[in-house]
Amino acid sequence: MKRMISLGMAAVLAVSMTACSSGNSAEETTAAAETTAAAGDAAETEAAGDDAAETEAAAGGTIKIGGIGPISGGTAIYGQAVMNGAQIAVDEINAAGGINGMTIEYQFEDDENDTTIAVNAYNSLKDWGMQILMGTVTSLPCVAVAAESANDNMFQLTPSGSAVECIQNDNAFRVCFSDPNQGAASAQYIGEHGLATKVAVIYDSSDVYSSGIYEKFAQEAANQGIEVTAAEAFTADSKTDFTVQLQKCKDSGAELVFLPIYYSEAALILTQADSMGFDTQFFGCDGLDGLLSVENFDTALAEGVMLLTPFAADAEDELTQSFVSKYEETYGGTPNQFAADAYDAIYAIKAAAEQAGITSDMSVSDICEAMKTAMTEITIDGLTGTGMTWTADGEPSKEPKAVMIENGAYTAM
Amino acid sequence: MKSRSISKTTRSNFITYGIVIAAYLIMQALIAADQVSSLLNGLLVPLCIYVIMAVSLNLTVGILGELSLGHAGFMCVGAFTSSLFSLCMEETLTSSMIRFPIAILIGAAAAAVMGLIVGIPVLRLKGDYLAIVTLAFGEIIKNVVNVIYLGRDASGFHFSMESTLALNMDETGTVLIKGAQGITGTPKDSTFTIGVVMVLITLIIVLNLIHSRTGRAVMAIRDNRIAAESIGINVTKYKLLAFTISAALAGVAGALYSHNLSSLAATQKNFGYNQSIMFLVYVVLGGIGNIRGSIIATVVLTLLPELLRSMDSYRMLIYAIVLIVMMLVNWSPAIIDFRKRHSLKNLLGKAARKEAR
Repeated sequence: MKRMISLGMAAVLAVSMTACSSGNSAEETTAAAETTAAAGDAAETEAAGDDAAETEAAAGGTIKIGGIGPISGGTAIYGQAVMNGAQIAVDEINAAGGINGMTIEYQFEDDENDTTIAVNAYNSLKDWGMQILMGTVTSLPCVAVAAESANDNMFQLTPSGSAVECIQNDNAFRVCFSDPNQGAASAQYIGEHGLATKVAVIYDSSDVYSSGIYEKFAQEAANQGIEVTAAEAFTADSKTDFTVQLQKCKDSGAELVFLPIYYSEAALILTQADSMGFDTQFFGCDGLDGLLSVENFDTALAEGVMLLTPFAADAEDELTQSFVSKYEETYGGTPNQFAADAYDAIYAIKAAAEQAGITSDMSVSDICEAMKTAMTEITIDGLTGTGMTWTADGEPSKEPKAVMIENGAYTAM
Repeated sequence: MKSRSISKTTRSNFITYGIVIAAYLIMQALIAADQVSSLLNGLLVPLCIYVIMAVSLNLTVGILGELSLGHAGFMCVGAFTSSLFSLCMEETLTSSMIRFPIAILIGAAAAAVMGLIVGIPVLRLKGDYLAIVTLAFGEIIKNVVNVIYLGRDASGFHFSMESTLALNMDETGTVLIKGAQGITGTPKDSTFTIGVVMVLITLIIVLNLIHSRTGRAVMAIRDNRIAAESIGINVTKYKLLAFTISAALAGVAGALYSHNLSSLAATQKNFGYNQSIMFLVYVVLGGIGNIRGSIIATVVLTLLPELLRSMDSYRMLIYAIVLIVMMLVNWSPAIIDFRKRHSLKNLLGKAARKEAR
């Protein structure tokens, strides 16, 4: 009995310690959201900005946009990027006079990439008075929250929920490509440009994003005359050693290795491939964006890696440059495509709200009905694509861009 | 004298039921009066789920006296089997009032079978070894579930452990379990009322078991296995019985869990060992072997991090401090001694004695 108690004590300590550390890491990052959340009325919300003129915008009332995503835990980078990217867009819009004269109030809640907590966060935002939901960031929580928002008929625009089911209800739209779209686009790109005929794939079978892309890629590859010589999976629990998968890819005689995964694992794969002398062409999707900013990663290894991404932080256009410099100034670090998706999401909400003539006293359900129609009518030139349009099923239509890493920078192809 | 002692346990049991029913009625009244925030409203079903988990784990830890760290694994089995059933039968059994109880029963049965399979080899172990094996088992369940692909088309079910492509279905096929992405589209059948009914059923089963002949046999094994064996108690049978019932109740909680959210996947967060340890925390803080205590601890510890949301990043810090304080208050010998000397009963008793004098 005594031993059990001591074991139990140890367990409690362990739990409370993890709880502590995750709390701390979230602390600094939520600071930005706090400033907005704490502000009671519209005028105060503007305190984040600096123009005196913007207080006039408050005359039109406020519109409350809620955001949900993981800002603590293993996927915190994605949630933080979305939180910050959207915050930049909100500040810009408020400084420019808001939506139809309404200032945006923006609050971001943590979901720790967990379905239950995501729904709690959603309910908490509802209590706060959320009228439009910009979220959630990761796919699985997004599916759970989408069921709730459909129930309440609340307009939902997810910046990066890429699983097919995320937007299966007609109140939900997304900014990013769906997983199957990316897989098909990658296969078409490789096929049409004659990059390779024998392709090996290394993917994360425990990740919706990764396996979603792989499945569609494998289907489309057959149409493009590409032979998938090896399809090697790993899971979230075993993503440190890839030598087995790489060896199999090498033995299969692949000319190109397709990596529909996130950049942190890709950095390991590139390093390990180099140390085992496996020199081949690597091709990835938007998850590889961020590869160059991985700590302790020799960026020379990434030379020649191709990726299909809607956003590259060093693109030449004015919009991207101003966004990147603002992001670096405010939050430090280069924004990734999640931040860009969130930025575009807020501007898409703005455009649709203006198209639909949303006013702050409309009910959540009325806003949703009006926004649903308006979303299909707008065209946005954003960070992740020019001339973006949406169909009624919630999918965006935009051109994927392929970039190649040359001399330590992303270069458009 | 004897009848008095029996009525005491019965009274204590009825107080426990009473607390649950009173909490339910108060919440219902508040909901009717529209006084409940949507956050709290959304937390009601998870609360019921965690209470069931804590009570069922208390059966293993407190009554059987074995430390199990794989309880979330049984919840996972219950969640997936019941969810699968609901998904398959959604078109044939349209009434959720009929479908959901069957789903719960299936979840409980599957978890019980799993508990039995695991229990036979595992309960030969004791103490730390048992804890380690159950921990491993919980992880194994989670990982096995993560590689199952199941689809259904006109010609029946297709099963694979590779990918959805390997299912080889025709165009009419739908994927039911999609590996690590789990099940999506489970009907949202869990309600607070059903949750509370399940909590009450769990309590009735566990409390009656504890105070029955079987329960006394199980507790005898906990207190002294050799002595229990020497008076003819079948140790294996009673251990397995308690362990299986505990697993079945975890399956019920799993069924409630999977029918509360439309997407279900076995992740580290919901069915991993951290979650198992979380349930153990509820039990330890509420008092090992104390059913009512574990209910209260569960409610407090589940509500706390969510109700502290307004404090943003400080919430996890406060949560940790509360955990440590509760641990000290409940288990530190000095504080237990202090509590005994200054308890309400003691003070009232002193006053009564003074008056009598």
